[in-house]
Order: sequence, then structure tokens, then C-alpha cells
Amino acid sequence: MRDRGIIWMGLALFLVFLTLPAWHNLSARVSAKGPQPVPPAGQKQCVAPVEYMRTSHMRLLLDWRDSVVRRGAQDYTSPDGRHFAMSLTNTCLRECHSAKADFCDRCHNYEAVAVPCWDCHMDSKTLLGSVK
Amino acid sequence: MTRLLSASATVLAIALAAALAGSLEGVRTVLAVAVPYAAFAVLVLGLSWRVVRWSLAPVPFRIPTVCGQQKSLPWIASSRLESPHTTAGVIGRMALEILAFRSLFRNTGSRLERGPRLVYREARWLWLAALLFHWSLLVILLRHLRLLVEPVPTLALVLDRLDGFFQVGAPVVYLSDGLILVSLTYLLQRRVRNPQVRYISLFTDYFALVLLGAIAVSGMWMRYFARADTVAIKQFAIGLTVFRPAVPANLGDWFFVHLALVATLAAYLPFSKLVHLGGVFLSPTRNLANNNRMKRHLNPWNYPVKVHTYQEWEQEFHDKMAAAGLPLERP
Ligand code: HEC
Ligand code: HEC
Ligand code: HEM
Repeated sequence: MRDRGIIWMGLALFLVFLTLPAWHNLSARVSAKGPQPVPPAGQKQCVAPVEYMRTSHMRLLLDWRDSVVRRGAQDYTSPDGRHFAMSLTNTCLRECHSAKADFCDRCHNYEAVAVPCWDCHMDSKTLLGSVK
Repeated sequence: MTRLLSASATVLAIALAAALAGSLEGVRTVLAVAVPYAAFAVLVLGLSWRVVRWSLAPVPFRIPTVCGQQKSLPWIASSRLESPHTTAGVIGRMALEILAFRSLFRNTGSRLERGPRLVYREARWLWLAALLFHWSLLVILLRHLRLLVEPVPTLALVLDRLDGFFQVGAPVVYLSDGLILVSLTYLLQRRVRNPQVRYISLFTDYFALVLLGAIAVSGMWMRYFARADTVAIKQFAIGLTVFRPAVPANLGDWFFVHLALVATLAAYLPFSKLVHLGGVFLSPTRNLANNNRMKRHLNPWNYPVKVHTYQEWEQEFHDKMAAAGLPLERP
């Protein structure tokens, strides 16, 4: 008994699966240009250094939430001495990143991150304008 | 114990060397580009070489090591999965073996109790831990596709949502991360604590476990504590897959540790016991139908044997035998 044909087919199938990411990216001409989030016009400095924000903004947001909801502290002092109200919609979106689709969403779609915050917090432009 | 220590020391040395190399301007590119490509090539070529070698080995006969009634007379119920006689049955048995570790589920342990009395009992922790470990590993690997493919495949997306179902913290804690840590810890402590298993455990047994554990821990550390710039990492990873590698400066030490350990695993896999990844499909006691009595299995290496039957022999010596008065079949 020899089952060479089947074994070789199985091996070939496995190798195709193993290299599928490369085949896909090559055939779809995917480039390494990244999500290219659009920074807000006219602003120079985020609430924390950009290297920190790039990797750990989700930590900062949860710190803000805990601070507001659990300790009732609303005021945040940035490392360069400016003051901000700790608020996802009012500070992050309304003051700077109103173009959420071109900023937050680009990165999150690129990395398949599910951000559950918008189930409750407002993000759409019309609502941002009407609520003070 | 020294084997465990030397295995851990080896893994630690690789991790430290990677962190050092990642922080040195010139060496970084070698570690980030040459090492992954080389390791992947070793994995693909090594695995192919082993599987092709296996495929050339003769399988002369069915090996009916089975745990059920063989198919015989129509009124005797046969065990279709435990002793399959059809290809479909064999596929079922292989699926159970590969997806659910069926034969490990039958594991038993024995203990000498007072009396003295030998007691056998079912021993399923090994099965449970092994199953949890392998499934977590698969889920983690498939989830990693989000860092490798653009746009992110639906499979990785769905797994990501399911795995982070409880939305604990940000970034969310994955269930599979906890499970792989728990199961690896169990598998390692089993080798250390059980005297019989410790006696037969070799360097490679510990090395595989410690290496996988270090990969998982470095990945988790990067995700939950050190925080790496995963956007830059994805750009780098895509660059590798389309053969236009570019190494950003901000990948972070922990990423290099993770990458170097994964490269070690990939290159080590074809030449170690981890090659059971391919070998499990070729287990002769699992993948051959038990149809020895139903089908005639001819040895393909049978050469034509020259035979001289009694009839021919008698014909040849007929006259001499008749003269000597010997009895003849055809007088
Ligand atoms: C189940 C609904 C819900 C979800 C989901 C949710 N939040 Fe909130 N969040 C609230 C409520 C309610 C408050 C309290 C508002 C108040 O006290 O004024 C709050 C307050 C906050 C605050 C401080 C107040 C403010 O105006 O922003 C922050 C920051 C915050 N949440 C961040 C987040 C982040 C980040 C996420 C996603 C990971 C998130 N939240 C998801 C309901 C939610
Ligand atoms: C540079 C790209 C980038 C930008 C811009 C960005 N994010 Fe993120 N964000 C990420 C990445 C990457 C993660 C997840 C990290 C991971 O899973 O490893 C993340 C995760 C999060 C999480 C945690 C989600 C979870 O449950 O895991 C929250 C909340 C979040 N981002 C909020 C925001 C908000 C609000 C904005 C816009 C104001 C924003 N982010 C802009 C890259 C970005
Ligand atoms: C055997 C292979 C691998 C194993 C077992 C493994 C394991 C892990 C684990 C357990 C984590 C923790 C977070 C999670 O579960 O997603 C992780 C994170 C990570 N791994 Fe791997 N990994 C492997 C290969 C790779 C490779 C080849 C890369 C390079 C592209 C990589 C890049 C990363 C990155 C960037 C993170 C952080 C993800 C985040 O912050 O969300 N891993 N890895």
C-alpha cells in the first residue's frame, strides 16, 4: 500500500494555507502604507505625547472614565501643563478629532479593533453639534 | 531538573539576545528581516522534507490496533468509529483524533492503595490541558491574521470578537490568552511533579513547553503591559509578506523578543517532536481502515516466486516412482 498521492496533496494544501497571507497581499497589491489617520487641523499637541497616545490611548481613556465615574474628578492636567475636562465626546471628539471616520476609525478598521464605546457615547457629527 | 533549567536558560538567552539585537541599529534589520525569512524557509523546507520522507516509507499491512468490534458477520454489530472498515469511518476516527484527541481521552492512571490494592482510574487532566492548549494556540494564530493581512479576514475578525467577548479592560483581555497560560502551566508542572514523567522528560520536552510559554508571555506582555505600536508592527509585517521589508525604528524590544522566539519555534519545529503537527495525519494505527478480512492486501514488493508443485514433481519422476512401486496420485 502506498498513499503518496494523498500525502503530497495534503502537504501542498498545508503549504498553501501557511503562505496564504503572502499570496493574498501580493495579489491584492497591499502596500505597507498603513491607515494614515488624519490629525486635526490647527492643533499641535495631543493631551499626552504622541508616542504614548499612539500605543496607549485606550488606557488613558479608561483612566479618565474611572476618574470621572468613580472619583468624580473631572480635571486632567496634561504633561505639558494644559488643562482638559476628562470627556470622550466633549474633549477628544468635539475639541479636536471631530472627523472621527478619518481618524479613530481608520486605525481601528486597519487593526480590526472593536471599540464598544460608541454604543453609549455620542460620535456622529450632527449630534456633536446639537448637544452642549 | 537540570534539563528544565537548561531549557529555560536557552530560551532566556534567545530572548535577551533578541532584545539586545533589536536595540542595536545595524543588527536590527538582520533580526527583523533575515531571521524571519530564514526561519520560515527552514519551516517550509524542513516540514516538506520530513513529510516526503515519510510518504516514501512502505506501509506493508493494516495495523488493527483498535478499540472496538471489527466488521465481520452482518449480525454482529461492528464499531464504525473505533474499528472502521470504510474510508468514511477512517475520516471520522482521524477527525476525532485530531480535533478532540480521542486516544488521549482514554488515558488511565494507576495507584497502589493500602491493602495492597492496585487501583486504576481515568486520568483526563492531561487530555483537557492538551486540548485547551492546542485550541487556544490555533485561535491565537488565526487572530494574528489581523496583523498580517489587509483587509482583515472575516475569520480573524469573528474570532477576535468572540475571544474578547467579555470586553474586560482596554485593550480587551482575550480568553484564549488566559487559557493558553493555564494549560501550559499545567503541562509543565506535570513533567516536573510526577516522578515517572520527570524521569522520561528530556531537554526537548521542556524546551518546547518553555519556548511556547515564553512566546505567549512575551506577546501578552506586549499587549497588556508594555504596549507596542501595533500599527507600525502591522506595516512591518505586511512589508515582509510582500517582500518589500522596511523596519520602523519604533517596534519595541518586546516585539523583537516575540519575533525571535517565534522564529526559533518555526525553525525548530521540523526537527523536533513538534513535527507531530504533520505526523499525526500519518499515524498508521489511526489512518488505515481495519478491513484485513474483507479485502486482500497484496504486498506490492512481491516478486514472482518460482514454484514447483507436487503435480509437476510427480510427473517428472513418474516412471521412476512407478518402477519403485510408490503410490501415485495419477497412476
Ligand atoms: C454602557 C454604556 C457605555 C459604554 C459602552 C461606555 N461608556 Fe463611558 N460612560 C458611560 C456613562 C453612563 C458615563 C457617565 C457619564 C457621566 O457621568 O456624565 C460614562 C463616562 C465616561 C467617561 C467620562 C465622562 C465623559 O463625558 O466622557 C469616559 C472618559 C468614558 N466614559 C470612556 C469610555 C470609553 C473609552 C468607552 C469604550 C471602551 C466607554 N466609555 C464605553 C456609559 C458607557
Ligand atoms: C494610530 C492609530 C489609532 C488611532 C488614530 C486611534 N486608535 Fe484607538 N486603537 C488603536 C489600536 C491599534 C487599538 C487596539 C490595540 C490592540 O488591540 O492591540 C486601539 C484601541 C482603542 C480602544 C480600546 C478598544 C478595546 O476595547 O480594545 C479604544 C477605546 C480606542 N482605541 C479609542 C480611540 C478613539 C476614541 C480614537 C479617536 C479619538 C482612537 N482610538 C484613535 C489605534 C488607534
Ligand atoms: C507561534 C506563533 C505565535 C504565538 C504562539 C504568538 C502568541 C501571542 C500571544 C499569546 C499574544 C498576546 C495577545 C494575543 O493573544 O493576541 C501575542 C501578541 C502579539 N503577537 Fe504573537 N504569537 C505568534 C507569532 C507572532 C508573529 C509571527 C508576529 C509578527 C507579526 C506576532 C506579533 C504579535 C504582536 C504585534 C502582538 C501584540 C498584539 C496586540 O497588542 O494586540 N506574533 N502573540
